[in-house]
Amino acid sequence: MENSRKDNQVIFNDSLTDFFLTIAGLTSFTLKFFKNVFIPPFEFSEIKKHMDVLGIKTMPIVTVAGFIIGLVLAMQSQPVMQRFGAESYIPSMVVLSVVRELGPVLTALLFAGRVSSGIGAELGSMRVTEQIDAMEVSAVNPYKYLVVTRILACTFILPILVLYVDFLAILGGYFALKLSTGTTFLLYINAIFKSLEFSDLIPGILKTFVFGFIVGSVGSYKGYNAENGTVGVGHASTSAVVMSSLLILLVDMVLVKITVWIWAS
Amino acid sequence: MVEVKNVSKSFGDNVVLDHISFNVDEGENFVVFGKSGSGKSVLLKCMVGLMEPDSGEIKIDGRSVLNIPINELNEIRKHIGFLFQGAALYDSMTVRENLEFPLIRNFDFTPEVRFEKVMNVLKKVGLEEAIDKKTAELSGGMKKRIGLARTIITEPMLILYDEPTTGLDPITSKEISQLVVELQKDFKTTSIVVTHDLICAKIVANTAIVLKDAKIGFEGDIKELESSNDKFLKNFFSGEIVDTISGEL
Repeated sequence: MENSRKDNQVIFNDSLTDFFLTIAGLTSFTLKFFKNVFIPPFEFSEIKKHMDVLGIKTMPIVTVAGFIIGLVLAMQSQPVMQRFGAESYIPSMVVLSVVRELGPVLTALLFAGRVSSGIGAELGSMRVTEQIDAMEVSAVNPYKYLVVTRILACTFILPILVLYVDFLAILGGYFALKLSTGTTFLLYINAIFKSLEFSDLIPGILKTFVFGFIVGSVGSYKGYNAENGTVGVGHASTSAVVMSSLLILLVDMVLVKITVWIWAS
Repeated sequence: MVEVKNVSKSFGDNVVLDHISFNVDEGENFVVFGKSGSGKSVLLKCMVGLMEPDSGEIKIDGRSVLNIPINELNEIRKHIGFLFQGAALYDSMTVRENLEFPLIRNFDFTPEVRFEKVMNVLKKVGLEEAIDKKTAELSGGMKKRIGLARTIITEPMLILYDEPTTGLDPITSKEISQLVVELQKDFKTTSIVVTHDLICAKIVANTAIVLKDAKIGFEGDIKELESSNDKFLKNFFSGEIVDTISGEL
């Protein structure tokens, strides 16, 4: 009993040490990004290539998810809103929920699952097969070529995906209302534009740049520092998803508070 | 060409290199022998700045590679070729892209000149037909050859080979070793080959050192090493298990 308690304490202490080491490592890795991003060459073609690949890779899953988010939201809220005689507010509720919170956060989480693991595995396998060392020996800065380009691609592609998901979710909401109440498209669109303001759209989009940055940097950090062969690659891939998802939710909590404070004032 | 002076490196309590010193002359084929885990690859990685030794000095062409700014190190690296154990080809690229990569990044050649250089090195390693293949489509021997082609495409003055024949069958292994010698003759480069493959060493080496217990156990001509009466060397070259303490078979 005593031994098992001690073992648990050791495991807890090790996990805590690992956590703080990871945070310290990630911070210094991210600072290195800001040091490298403004130094030429700027690798625009690599950034564009990664944006294409990452966007196309995530497109199918966010297409389905986006449409379903709006559809389910409208379907779930319809009976409740009907009870209070507030059915006409469903389009406003759908669009505000999607644009302000659900669209950015759910897309970022899906993006993290799809992209962060991919980057972690790709860079991890490059690390363990000495491809990153080979690049360094060729007098090429592998951090700039592999990491900076991926982080920038993630940062700029996620807002585009979020706009696409927002559009699909609004469309999904319309289909739900059309089927249940026969709402016309014109009525739905009018209701949306009446309730939606720029102050709703801007924070939702702005925070996706931060989420994209998190996905790119966590995936790259885990992959770039992978060790212990193929086991290390697997670990880099899975821990990248867990860490980036967690960070997205934590940062979202802070950003919501900040945006509410800024826009309310 | 290469001066290694009192280089030491440890990982925790494990001393891998203990005050290693040697010189490699221009145009020489220098072989570093040793058992697996004896620190051969670590030594090679210290020479190109991939690892930093705990103490000592390494000079390439008269310039130190330790404790210098990354820009200066990269200038030196542009004149060094490195063939990794697993060839380390970029697997998101085709053979052509792999070969063009160091040229695009470090030189201002026109696309036509680049293509000509790619074809020349592919011809040298006998793999012209593989130009548009993905690296995943290549066999182990082909990967080593393409790795070799990528190493020589920038015409470096020094080439470092990390176990060039590991994991290859004896015939391919011999072909790769002969290729190393041919390339040295054609490009007049200095080569340092890290290996535990005796056949490779016999084909390639002018001079060799043997790493033993983190130190240079023996240094000299490959024939001297082979005919040595030392128990460790006998064991190493014959492949027989000799008790290194009593010397009995």
